[in-house]
Amino acid sequence: MTVASLPQKTAWKAYSDWANNHRKWLFAAPAMIFVAILIIFPLAWTLYLSLTDSSGSVRAESDFIGFANYLEVLSDGDRFWPAVGRTFLFTGAALAVQMVLGMCIALLLWRPFKGEKWVRVAILLPLVATPVAVGMMWRLIFDPNIGFANQALAWFGIPAQPWLSGQSTALPTVIFIDIWQWTPMVVIILLAGLTSLSEEPDEAARIDGASAWQRFRFITVPLMMPTIIVAILLRSIDALKTFDLLYATKGRGGGSFHEVETLNIYAYGLSFDYNDYGLSSTVLILFFLIIIAAMWVLTRRRKDVQS
Amino acid sequence: MQRKTLRNAGMAAAIAMLAGGSLAACGSGGGDEAGSDTLRVTLANHVWTEKIIEAIPEFEEETGLTVELTQLGEDQLSAQYNVQLNAGTDEIDVMMYRPLQEGKLFAQNGYLADLTERVESNPEWEWSDFQQGPVDSTTFEDKVVGVPTITEREVLYYRTDLLEAAGLEVPETLEELEAAAKQIGEENPDVAGFVARTGKSPAVTQFSSFLYGFGGDFIDDEGNSAIASPEAKEAYEYYGRMINEYGPENVSTDMSWPEAMAIFTQGGAAFYTEADSLYQNATDPANSQVAENVGFAPMPAGPAGSKPYNVPSWGLGINEASTNQDNAWKFVEWATSKERVLDIQQEGVPGPRKSVWADPEGTATYPEDLAAAIEASAENGVGYDRPLVINVAEAREMVGDPIVIGITGGDVSAAADAADEAFQQFLDDERE
Repeated sequence: MTVASLPQKTAWKAYSDWANNHRKWLFAAPAMIFVAILIIFPLAWTLYLSLTDSSGSVRAESDFIGFANYLEVLSDGDRFWPAVGRTFLFTGAALAVQMVLGMCIALLLWRPFKGEKWVRVAILLPLVATPVAVGMMWRLIFDPNIGFANQALAWFGIPAQPWLSGQSTALPTVIFIDIWQWTPMVVIILLAGLTSLSEEPDEAARIDGASAWQRFRFITVPLMMPTIIVAILLRSIDALKTFDLLYATKGRGGGSFHEVETLNIYAYGLSFDYNDYGLSSTVLILFFLIIIAAMWVLTRRRKDVQS
Repeated sequence: MQRKTLRNAGMAAAIAMLAGGSLAACGSGGGDEAGSDTLRVTLANHVWTEKIIEAIPEFEEETGLTVELTQLGEDQLSAQYNVQLNAGTDEIDVMMYRPLQEGKLFAQNGYLADLTERVESNPEWEWSDFQQGPVDSTTFEDKVVGVPTITEREVLYYRTDLLEAAGLEVPETLEELEAAAKQIGEENPDVAGFVARTGKSPAVTQFSSFLYGFGGDFIDDEGNSAIASPEAKEAYEYYGRMINEYGPENVSTDMSWPEAMAIFTQGGAAFYTEADSLYQNATDPANSQVAENVGFAPMPAGPAGSKPYNVPSWGLGINEASTNQDNAWKFVEWATSKERVLDIQQEGVPGPRKSVWADPEGTATYPEDLAAAIEASAENGVGYDRPLVINVAEAREMVGDPIVIGITGGDVSAAADAADEAFQQFLDDERE
């Protein structure tokens, strides 16, 4: 018995020695495998699909066609480039208003006041609602015939507006909804930044006779810059890949005239409506590169600010 | 350190976005053994489904099987099939699908099991009792791949009270319909003369009956695009004009049936062309403010006559990868049996069986004028309401483009020419 168990014991010891020496790899392995399976594999697979003419079923035979999909997408002035434009217009416009509005609200909430808690809760409410529910709600409010928005306009004698139904008004309307929903997030981030600011520079400037605007412009904003960039970074990633709100309000293809079709909506349509997986993957890869480029620019800017 | 974490978080978020959109084939977990007692049935939200669910306990008792039901909205169902069937799942046994929308694509991809032998095996169940049009659309390359469950035709919904007040007869031609819509719209400032679907893709099926009525079609006999023919252009102009000039103000160009139906049932329109299978939405007082005053008439005739579509909107198929096909067939057979079809048809969902339509009981619960309209439509109906191609979703957007251009008052003729070119290219590509 003892003789027989001897080699087993040494094997176990060898293993435990090995495990001891490679502790960091062993403990990190589950996380690394997880990342590999859930991030690297889909990414590589999408990249592969984008180089094929896969369509109909992904299990059907497909041919490797090199960069033909990329050529097709990049020369597509009907759907792709307008979608790129809308993606950036949507993100840019929503972000700009959210930052300004968010900063104003954060400044108002900065100093303690009576009923502060209630006001904070009320302001944060849109944030906790699910985007699809928000989309449905605003779709009803903005309905051109039975919606509340036109009803309210009628009280002031203003003619009814098409809102989400109009070719030129649909995109501004969804931008408005996005602002309504996501400004609170900007407020939270900026408020966190504001409360951690030390009061001394502000006080010193006050004694030196700086006006409120001067103190805000030359003291608060520069000190807040890292926080502001964090807010921009988080919010722009989110806004670039908005899907739920657009799909809930305008449906597939971003409406009959593709009024709110962003890259995400376009890629979804290509794969789920047209079953053209090659083209869809190509759009997604290009979208991915665009986001990485945008993030790179932003993080570079953040580095400059910090140094 | 914080900066780095943040950047990584940004990257991870970006990648997660991509991963979410990518179509990695997520292999399905271990399947069940052949002939499991649990049957997985996926159905769409529909009145038909509600009636079937009520009866499922009977089926379970008869067969000793347990039915595991998944019920989804139309769009979610499509997305679900796309992901799961693409991955070759065996976790769906029976699937409710749209023969005209996805039938060809699914059959070509090999998602649908060949049912040819099964449908012929039971003379009592009687495959030959099913209407020819629906059967054609669940047959792919001479193989039966599905059994039709629900059929529909386009009919004219109208407001009897408004017609009476205007002293008008029920329009029998498209010309009369336009004149009536114009008159009622002018006499009643709060009511539009006409409403119908306006979304580029949803409108295509309802537009098809107008197209046929003017003597046009989506594809000609040689398989080429026919949507720029003079007849097709006339139909596009007519449909667009009806909504642009006599439709509700500020009309949305995204309306499918729920939105258009809402306008009609809230008293916002005098005439409405829509599928007959949705009639209960208009006649049920719980949903409709005009339930008392809804009338039905056959599709008004165009220069080529009254030519409504008469199509199977839904059918049942069996997943080719299912390991439980024998039991799956039991369910299909049960759900489409003569008794069940009669039962459900009496509840207001038109079925595909000739014997049920011939039976006075089959239409006893329908409003009389609707039953008459359906009968007329079944005689001169056309068996499809959208282009018969593989990628129907893409084709619908192409042929639907001139519709929305017309609705917004644009140049229909130019739009039809542009759509024709794109559609021809699409057909050429698909033929390869």
